[in-house]
Amino acid sequence: MDRRKVEEGIFKFLMLASAFIILALLALIVTTVIVKGLPAMSFAMITQTPKGGYYLGKEGGILNAIIGSLYLAGGATLLAFLIGLPVVLYLNAYARRGSLLATFTRFSFDVLWGVPSIVYGAFGFTLMLFFGLGSSLLGGIITVALLILPVMTRAMDEVLRLVPAELTEASYALGATRLETSLKVLVRQALPGIATAVMLAFGRGIGDAASVLFTAGFSDSVPCSLFRPAATLPLAIFFQMGTPFPEVQERAYASAFILTALILVISIAARLLAGKYARHVVR
Amino acid sequence: MTRTRRVFKDKCARIVTQALSVGASLLVFLMLLALYQRSRPILALHPLMSLLCSRAWQPLRGLFGFLPFIMGTLWVTGVAIAIAVPLSLLTAIYLSEYAPRTVREWTSPLIDLLAGIPSVVYGIWGVLVIVPMIKNHIAPFFGVISTGYTVLAGGIVLAIMVFPIIIHVATEVFRSVPSEIREASLALGATKWQTVKHVVMRRSLPGIIAAIGLGVSRAFGETMAVLMVAGNVAKIPSSVLDPAYPLPALIANNYGEMLSIPLYDSALLLASLVLLMVVLLFNLFSRIILMRVEGGMH
Repeated sequence: MDRRKVEEGIFKFLMLASAFIILALLALIVTTVIVKGLPAMSFAMITQTPKGGYYLGKEGGILNAIIGSLYLAGGATLLAFLIGLPVVLYLNAYARRGSLLATFTRFSFDVLWGVPSIVYGAFGFTLMLFFGLGSSLLGGIITVALLILPVMTRAMDEVLRLVPAELTEASYALGATRLETSLKVLVRQALPGIATAVMLAFGRGIGDAASVLFTAGFSDSVPCSLFRPAATLPLAIFFQMGTPFPEVQERAYASAFILTALILVISIAARLLAGKYARHVVR
Repeated sequence: MTRTRRVFKDKCARIVTQALSVGASLLVFLMLLALYQRSRPILALHPLMSLLCSRAWQPLRGLFGFLPFIMGTLWVTGVAIAIAVPLSLLTAIYLSEYAPRTVREWTSPLIDLLAGIPSVVYGIWGVLVIVPMIKNHIAPFFGVISTGYTVLAGGIVLAIMVFPIIIHVATEVFRSVPSEIREASLALGATKWQTVKHVVMRRSLPGIIAAIGLGVSRAFGETMAVLMVAGNVAKIPSSVLDPAYPLPALIANNYGEMLSIPLYDSALLLASLVLLMVVLLFNLFSRIILMRVEGGMH
């Protein structure tokens, strides 16, 4: 038997085993969340706010956290989009190829992407001290917007780069300005990709806990103003998990199920969307 | 008239978009500055080195020694990387060199899904599956009594969170190796594995190091999942079956009382600053290598 063949066989086995382990872990995580979460689910969980003593095992649900998370991630996504879209349009329409500013901007977004969310939380906290803001929905929105800005910008930049240069050149040749070309050619061509980027950023915003710990606070009611604290799903899970009561921990499993389902639906929808609309795009 | 108006609008748009780009790319510096500004009060009282190397953590008595937390972070990150690197590199090699196209097309989105799961959910999963496993099986096997909330639990959960990053970057790096080189090696009679080992891997080494660097920086700063499973005891761990209290967990756990004890907020924001600096270091290093690897490709 050839020794080279044996070695190859061993490593091929190890590779298959690693890939299998990683996929099996994914399956294990999802099934654990379903098996533990589904039985603990109840109608009240998603239709009621916590009543007094909810965290001691009394009646109620986590509607406040679900709505709070949607407000927070929605606001943050909007804010990040308002900053991110102009930036990627600058990178792809205005900046010269290989210009220093464009390279530097892309590089700093790459670096920002790796900054831990707890550091965003701490930074958001210093911002709030600076502006004299208490923990509030607004503080959370600003912090999460900064956190998801690199995710969204990088994803949008990737799709805009794929728009064929011939298309934009044709537009310039017809006398369109860079702004008109960006909005009517670049953005329209990349629309499915932009929508995907926005949804991925939204999903990331919903799932993040560490950055809102400092900034959004927590409250038992549905937020009614930007300047009031707001509950979020990840934190609701964390607090329910931290109680010593098994029945409250059960609810943490149910909440984790709701959060995971929400995020999986968003990310699968984002991918399907990208695939579905891609056929209207000139390639 | 309309033409000047259009050109004017275009000029305005250029100014706005350029200003936003400059602003956004300065965000990192703004973060460093803001955190430094807030940690100055404590740095004025104690030199940085004594804060980082002291093991006494008694905020009420004004003692802020970060060493247990730094060591906790290093232990947990070390275990995570030790588990994640072999598994994710082997998977990445399989996906880029051996797997049939259909397998690849089905696996990558699944691994992306792994990346999208929120860290709190990883934390719950760790509490439900990993912690009892360590408590009931692994620790007794080594003759240790443990609650299961240990460095090992944190490391395992973190390793799973790091998988997608290392696999993603490593597959990109392997893909950037030109196929001519592979063909040349195969034509000389090398087996596929020899080609992978001597040609693809050697050529990708800087990229692989960068992938690991990105994994380390992710592991270093991950908060919620580790906080839930690592035990949070402010002592330097001496084995993987000891509890640990990593730096991010310290920051997250104490945000509530940090404004009520003098210098506490300053100490915690200094901890964030240290965290940011370490992560930036690993990130910059990895990104620069990756830019070079990609640069060599074109």
